[in-house]
Amino acid sequence: MNFSEPDPMVPQPYKVRQIWQETHDTFSLDLEPKGPSLHSEFAPGQFNMLYAFGVGEVPISISACSKNGDGWIHTIRDVGTVTHALHQLREGDTIGLRGPFGSAWPIDESKGSDVVIMAGGIGLAPLRPALYALMESRKNFGDIALLYGARKPEDLLYTDEFESWRGKYGVQVRVTVDNADRTWSGNVGVVTTMIPRVNFDPLQTVAMICGPEIMMRYAVLELRQNGVSEENIYVTMERNMKCAVGFCGHCQFGPAFICKDGPVFRYDRVKPLFSLREV
Amino acid sequence: MNAPVLIDTIGLGQLIKLLQKKGYQVMGPTVRDEAIVYDTLDSINDLPQGWTDEQEAGHYRIKKRDDNAYFGYVVGPHSWKKYLHPPRRRLWRAEQKDGEVDIIPESAESTRFAFLGVRSCELHAITIQDEVFIKGPHVDNDYRLRRENALIIAVNCTQSAPTCFCVSMNTGPKAESGYDLVLTEILENNIHHFLVQAGSEKGLELLGELDPRPAKESDISKAEKGIEQAAQQMSRSMKTDGIKELLFENLEHPRWDEVAERCLSCANCTMVCPTCFCSTVEDVTDITGDHAERWQRWDSCFTMDFSYLHGGSVRSSTKSRYRQWMTHKLASWIDQFGSSGCVGCGRCVTWCPVGIDITEEVRAIENAGSKTSTPSQGGKE
Repeated sequence: MNFSEPDPMVPQPYKVRQIWQETHDTFSLDLEPKGPSLHSEFAPGQFNMLYAFGVGEVPISISACSKNGDGWIHTIRDVGTVTHALHQLREGDTIGLRGPFGSAWPIDESKGSDVVIMAGGIGLAPLRPALYALMESRKNFGDIALLYGARKPEDLLYTDEFESWRGKYGVQVRVTVDNADRTWSGNVGVVTTMIPRVNFDPLQTVAMICGPEIMMRYAVLELRQNGVSEENIYVTMERNMKCAVGFCGHCQFGPAFICKDGPVFRYDRVKPLFSLREV
Repeated sequence: MNAPVLIDTIGLGQLIKLLQKKGYQVMGPTVRDEAIVYDTLDSINDLPQGWTDEQEAGHYRIKKRDDNAYFGYVVGPHSWKKYLHPPRRRLWRAEQKDGEVDIIPESAESTRFAFLGVRSCELHAITIQDEVFIKGPHVDNDYRLRRENALIIAVNCTQSAPTCFCVSMNTGPKAESGYDLVLTEILENNIHHFLVQAGSEKGLELLGELDPRPAKESDISKAEKGIEQAAQQMSRSMKTDGIKELLFENLEHPRWDEVAERCLSCANCTMVCPTCFCSTVEDVTDITGDHAERWQRWDSCFTMDFSYLHGGSVRSSTKSRYRQWMTHKLASWIDQFGSSGCVGCGRCVTWCPVGIDITEEVRAIENAGSKTSTPSQGGKE
């Protein structure tokens, strides 16, 4: 027991350094701590609980560290009451933040391997810091592939970064959408169809997947068929979450608490429940 | 840690007074609304003397005993979790002024509770909630403080209800540890005594101030006989060997559909369960919009809202909610906290409006293959 530690249930004040639109329904918040001694360390894959004053709190994964390292960027889709309230924030506003919480993508464990990252929609947000970490020590990894799918071209996130990921870091970026009009010259189809189009050695590959459960299910299936072992596939799970510290019971997924045992799980550890409904 | 001693009913009255004098708020069993509940005790007169409870699946009545026992009942709808993990609690307040937000944590609870009449199954339930709130990577400070301040006076069961199955769960009927004092009521030929033993320094200190007399061998054996009787009376049971694997392997067993047809999804079982710990939070503001508060309150995995995730509930069927509750309680709890989440107190059986019996549900899944079974009373052997 550490008495000097702040109560994990009480948010700390953070200032909105910047807010910007990412897509038609998705925006990013750059938050800086208002207290002097607050740290900004986090592991890619972790999330914060963001509190919109008087409205409520939501778990949002960290999509990047702030430029100067003193804070975090969160990419949020405006879908519910709280995310809508967060969307209304302006630079200089104060919000509450608790975190970071949860497990991380296996960056160190992937050293010496090829890495296949598969993201669906806003699922790219928690994977972006993983990509940054891989690119930061690029020589430690083999082939890196990002397979990214979204419903429509206008739903694609971080498109202005793709060129640098490709050119500067040699990441194989493959993008696909479910539906598009004739102005779209890219791929159409589900993200799993991209797997044969990138180079990786299935026996030496770590896969990191984040997206809707159905997308992850097919992604796992396809990767397995290509020979990637279950122990080298990582997925993220999502459930209702209130406390983020294992007290409230909401985020249970079988024996796991998504908040403290997840959100990132090694596939073989959640496999028995992965295809069951209503767990 | 010490020899058992004897006090009489006057001594019990003095114990309550002594605790109050020491600044404890003494909480214990009392009759209210035709049930034996836990509430503040002013004196020994508040105890449910001469009352007992009659329990079966979906059935609870209090009735008069033909003696004057103070602890001649089993367990009621309340458990001590309402004091250690309150049903409703403010977590913090926030003030908004000139674009600045100030978040003010609630000061942690400092009431010193003395719990009088804690049953063995309840001692285990408290230990189980300790695992959730203070033994994990994060600590619930409010719970920790309430817990550390609490003095526990256990009372051994000398009778059991037909809904009890603590023997199966290895949680009773004899209190083995986790108390400051433990009493066993001995009532024979109008001689009314309590065999008392200390379980901690604090308990020993209290005993010293009570002026008890040494217990004779015969007193000790009478007490033991009473506890033995409670164990003998126990008619319900649950097989716990391999229960985790059994439930995990049967997540799609047809029995879940059957129990769902009876389950009202009312959440009673989770409210009366002494180990169920789930909670939710409510964010509120006043009319100016400048003052906000967050409240924590008990929640139940039987509600639709519980598993709400962008646009719908993950567990929308009653079947999935019952399955979540029971597999959590008896199986995944073991992975999470190193023990079963069930202490065999039988509250969920008694207080289920339709009399669903957790021991019967386990048995039905165990007897896989026989997909038909008759509800009601099936948990009795």
